[in-house]
Order: sequence, then C-alpha cells, then structure tokens
Amino acid sequence: MKSTRRTFIKAAAVGAGAAALTPVLAHAADHAPSFNPDEVGMLYDSTLCVGCKACVYSCRKANFERDENARRKKDMFSPLRNSEADFVLTAEDALETRWVDVYDLDYRTKNIIKMYNDPDTGEFAFVKRQCMHCNAPGCVSACPVKAMTKDHVTGVVEYDRGKCIGCRYCQLACPFNIPAYEWHKPLARIIKCELCRKSYYDDQKSYFEKYEQPACCDACPAKAVIYGKRADLLEEAKRRIAENPGRYVDKVYGEFDYGGTNVLYISKVDFNKLGMPDLPNYSYATKSEKLQHTIYTTIAHVPVAPVVLYATLATIAVTHRAKRNKNDKGGRS
Amino acid sequence: MSHHEEYVEAPGKLITRTTVTLALIVCAAFAVIAYRYIFGIGPISNLSDGYPWGVWLAYDVSLGTAFACGGYALAFLCYIFNGWKYHPMIRSAVVASMFGYALAGFSVLVDIGRYWNAYGFFVPSRWQPNSVMFEVALCVMAYTVILIIEFAPSLLEKIATFKSPLLSGIAEFILPKLDKAMIFIIALGMTLPTMHQSSLGSLLYITGHKLHPLWQTGALPLLFVTNAMLLGFSIVVFESSLSALGFKRPYEYEALEIARFIPIVAIFWLAVRFIDLIIRGQVVAMFTSGFHSVFFWAEIILIVTATVRFLRKPGPKAAFYTALMMCFGGGFYRMSVYLIGFNPGDEWNVYFPSIPEAMITYGLIALEILGYILLARLLKQLPKPHAKGAH
Ligand code: SF4
Ligand code: SF4
Ligand code: SF4
Repeated sequence: MKSTRRTFIKAAAVGAGAAALTPVLAHAADHAPSFNPDEVGMLYDSTLCVGCKACVYSCRKANFERDENARRKKDMFSPLRNSEADFVLTAEDALETRWVDVYDLDYRTKNIIKMYNDPDTGEFAFVKRQCMHCNAPGCVSACPVKAMTKDHVTGVVEYDRGKCIGCRYCQLACPFNIPAYEWHKPLARIIKCELCRKSYYDDQKSYFEKYEQPACCDACPAKAVIYGKRADLLEEAKRRIAENPGRYVDKVYGEFDYGGTNVLYISKVDFNKLGMPDLPNYSYATKSEKLQHTIYTTIAHVPVAPVVLYATLATIAVTHRAKRNKNDKGGRS
Repeated sequence: MSHHEEYVEAPGKLITRTTVTLALIVCAAFAVIAYRYIFGIGPISNLSDGYPWGVWLAYDVSLGTAFACGGYALAFLCYIFNGWKYHPMIRSAVVASMFGYALAGFSVLVDIGRYWNAYGFFVPSRWQPNSVMFEVALCVMAYTVILIIEFAPSLLEKIATFKSPLLSGIAEFILPKLDKAMIFIIALGMTLPTMHQSSLGSLLYITGHKLHPLWQTGALPLLFVTNAMLLGFSIVVFESSLSALGFKRPYEYEALEIARFIPIVAIFWLAVRFIDLIIRGQVVAMFTSGFHSVFFWAEIILIVTATVRFLRKPGPKAAFYTALMMCFGGGFYRMSVYLIGFNPGDEWNVYFPSIPEAMITYGLIALEILGYILLARLLKQLPKPHAKGAH
C-alpha cells in the first residue's frame, strides 16, 4: 500500500504541477494580432462626432423595429413602445422624444453615444460604444454552445439566439461589458451589435443585407463613424493622426488592445477618460484558452490528464479492493 | 460480499418541527421560482449587465458543489490512501454530495435565461471545447449521474426487502453486479470532480481585469480543486459531528481521523496561495486593497487559525471547530472570486443579492438538509455505531 500511495502522490504531483503551474509561470507571449485582409470593421473618430445621436436612432430602427412599423406615420409609433421591451419601461422611457436618453448600453440599444466633460479643463468629447468585434473575443471563447461566433471572413461577432442558453458567461467574459441581457423578460435574449448582420426578427432582412452598410455608419452626418475593411480603416486612422498630430492622441485604440479589435477608435481625449478600459496587448480569452488547453491537452482528441488520472485511480482502488477481499476471507473484519 | 451491515438507518420520526419548517422554506422558494419563470430574472434579482452572475452561481454552484465534495474527498481517503478504512462514512457523504450537486444543477436551470436551449450541451455540433463553462457543465452533469449510481445500493437494499417478489428480485439481481462494477464508477467519481472543481476556478480567469488581482491568477484551477478537497473533508467532519448530535447517535471516531487530513490540505493550499501572490508581485496589494484586503485576510486568517487550532490540540471538539472555520474560510475564498473580488467597472451598482434571490438560495439549502434527513431516516445511510477504537 505504501508504494502505491507513493506512486500515486508522485503521479498526481507531476500531473497537477505540470498542468497548473505552467500557465502561471509562463506569461502569455505578446504576439501581434493577425487579421485576414477581408475583415471589416468600423472607425470612430471622436473628434468628428457632434453628438447628434443619429447613429443611435438609426441603429435602433434598423435592429429593433419591424419594417411595417418603420413605414407608419410618425405619431403612430414610438420606437420603444413598439418594441417588445416596454414591459419595464418607466414613464420617462416611454416618452417618445426622450427614448435616446438610455443611460448606457442595455437591451434597448446596441449602440450609444456618451459624453465626457471635464468642467475644470473644458475638455470635452463624445464616444460611441458598441461591440468592438474583437480579434480573439472573450464572448466567443466563453460561450459553451457556440451561440457567439466570429465569422472568419468578415471578422463580425454574431449571436445566435437559437443556440443561446442564457448563461450570461459572455457578459462576464467581455472586457468592454458589451453584451446586454433582457432582464425584464421571462424569455430573454442577449442583445449586442452584430454589425447589422442580423435582424431582431427572424422573418425580416437585416440592415446590412438591405443596404450593405451598418445603419450607424449610414446615418452619421459627420462621417465620424465609417465602415470598411479593417486594414483600410487602420491606414486611414494613422493617416489622420499623422496629418494632424495635435488633434489626436498618438494611438489607435483597438490596433493592439485586447489582441486587436475590428472596431477602431481615434480621439483627442485620453481613451481612459472616454471609458475605454486599459487592456493588455493580448486577449484574456487567449490566455484562458491556453490554460484550459494546457490542463486538457489532447492527443488524438483524447484529453490526456483526465484519462491518466482515471486509470491511476482505478488501478489503485482495484488493488486495494483485491487486498481487502483477501483479508476478509482470511478472517479479519 | 455485501457491506451493508456497516450501515444503519437514523432513528427518529419523519415529521418533526425541523422537517416541517424546512418544508415551508422550500415552498416559499418554489413560489419565487415560479414567479421568476413567469416574469423573468430581472424583477426578482439585483443582477445587471455588469454583474450577470449572482448568488445563485456564487453560492449554489461554486460553493454548493464544494460543500458537496465530501463524497469526493472521502473517496480519495478511502479507496486510494487507506484501503477502505473509512468506508462506513462514505454513504452519508455520498447522499450529501448527491443533493449538493443535484441542487446546483437545479439552480443553474433557474439561473439560465434560455433553459429550453440547454439540450445544446448534447448536440456535438454546438460543443465549444474552448469554453470553460462547457467543460464544467458536462462534467457536473456526468458527476451527478455517478453520484446517483453510487447512492443506488442503499435504495436497492431497501427495495430488496419489499414484499413484491418481482421488485425485490430485480434489486437482488442488480446489487451484486453493481457491487462489482462500483469501483470503476467510484474512480470516475474521483476524476470528474478533480476536473470540474478546478474548472470552476478557471471560469473566472477569462474576466481578466474585472477580477481583483488578489484573486485573478492562472493558479485558480489548482486553488479551486485544493479548496474543494479542503471543504470536502471539513464538511464530512462537520456533518458527522452534527448528525451525531441531531440524530442522537454516538460520536463517529472516524471523523476525528479524517480531520487529521484537513491541516495537510490547508497548508498546501496556503502555500500555493502565497507563492502565487508573491510570483505575481501582489504582496503589497494584500494590505492596500481596502475592502478587498479585509476579505482576503478573513479568508486567510480563518484557514490559518483553523489549521493551528487542530494541530495544537487534536480532539473531537477541535475537529468540529476546525471544520467549521474551514467551511467559512474556504467559503470566503470562493465567494470572493465570484462576487466580492469581481468588479466590472463603476457604471454599475455593486451587486448585493435581493431578498427573493436569497430566498431561492435559502430554499435550496433547506431542500438539501430536508432531503438528507429524510433519506437518512428512510434508508441505511449512517455508519453503524460502534465501540470506540473498533473498525
Ligand atoms: S467587445 Fe465584447 S461582445 Fe464584442 S466581440 Fe469583444 S468580447 Fe465579444
Ligand atoms: S448567454 Fe448565450 S451567448 Fe452568452 S455565453 Fe451564454 S449561451 Fe453563449
Ligand atoms: S453596426 Fe449596426 S448594430 Fe452595430 S452599432 Fe452600428 S447600427 Fe448598431
């Protein structure tokens, strides 16, 4: 028994040590994010944004309204009242004119304009928030049932409510806190920008299918948010910064942050102040997957560690049982 | 060869003041659950887009399954280290584990918003092996089944005494076969918790900066699985002391021997915890994180005190208090990772469970205790009381 115990402890120690400590000690290498040339995205230039919220309005129309509602006379509908969302709306929310005053991203909108204003310095800027369509998205890595997926051609991160189990792990895993949940509904879903690739209603075409543009970019009168291939947008962003050095912070947010994102930001005001989190140059998802795959290294689709652990445990237990049975026969209790 | 002479039923009536009170709490919780299914999670909980996981996951799943690790920890002792020595204690531990896991599974069904899609876990095209949640879900489901199989013999023994020759015949037929195969089931019952208890830690790794650096580490899986082992031993000791009291049975001296393993696991856990903090350069943060430091030290001090207490004066009383303190210390750790150390940003009100939310949790705990009492009184679960020293 002594020897089996020792072998087990040794096996367990080696296994556990190798599995658990490797990722602790090995820091994730900062590798440059790789995007394929056809990936699309958006570029938001905070210095051009005038805060008119046309994008919020059009996003709302594009994503939450039935086509027939959009054609109705204006006084016959409020975007909110016609949505399925009016269950928990406060009286204030229901006022048609004020519906854009949604405080932050939530189930009512996939897109929001926020304002940064420092009364002391007079520093002042708008920021548009929506899904960043990350290169290595936390939400996709977290989702247990492939309800969040990243399209490998376009790079768009899409959501499939037909698969989603509503576990909300995507919300936990998104460093930008983007996915929103319809808390007020018994049959809720996750709401997040899908670059207008999907309609809220199964039976109608998405905005992108109809107009080959996201609604927000289509609507923006100042061209503060533009749609295009990520590579072109990055070039454009760098060109703007180079041409007007005083006008911008010397950084394209999303070029490397969180392993790179398909939506890029440039701004005069520090990105932190705009509410963009300070993120490392790698995605947490990459690190988490690395940890998980170190523990569950597979050879020919068989996870090695659990199988070895099982075999070891079963062998020891069977040996013990054989010994005990022999003792029982020998008369000991 | 049958082992059931090792076990007896607990004495006592089924309907007592305790069981009725517990049943009432359970009913209240189920009323809230019904409300949740009709009106949604929002109206009854304080969950938000920033804090999407609340007490149902932090307590019922993360902590509840760790408290249900008695069967797991004891199996290691009994079948791996000590050649069946603690076998008499296994059954009651397995029942407690079975309830813990079944209820964790149940609270997940309350928690997930699109439960009708949950069959996706059985659709291979939807499997997402990168997702820690996927691994946890499959593993926990499998382990619950394993626990039910491990529990089956005590039920079958009862059926074997039935008057109906058909039922008792079937039971008599299955029992010896199950007895032979059981050892392989048990080995699986040790492998699966090792996997998902570690993954319960890995779950939070992807949150990155949202989890406070005192808790955010790549060592989360190792810390969680060790913590599960620690809580498993503690709960076995605690439960057997308590059931000795509650069912008015003599003290189970195995509990004292099992308690000896608690300090060993605790010291290992503490070592990993501190080495990790030192490697990550968080030594200063231990003292300067305000509110978070308080919870950090609460967790550490409870575990250290519990360890020291037992090492200095091992005895039934110390075993009980050590186990109790470990449950709190180890529990604080898990709650800190899931709730206290979690901060998505300043835009959200800090999460604190609402009353209905807490009621569901209380109800599930009550259901667990109730089920344990009823089963112990109906089926042979508890170790046969014996004179001191004899095994
Ligand atoms: S921003 Fe969040 S929701 Fe959008 S792709 Fe990245 S992780 Fe997913
Ligand atoms: S809530 Fe839905 S989309 Fe989000 S992780 Fe869970 S299953 Fe995936
Ligand atoms: S791309 Fe479409 S869904 Fe996303 S923010 Fe713009 S309008 Fe809204």
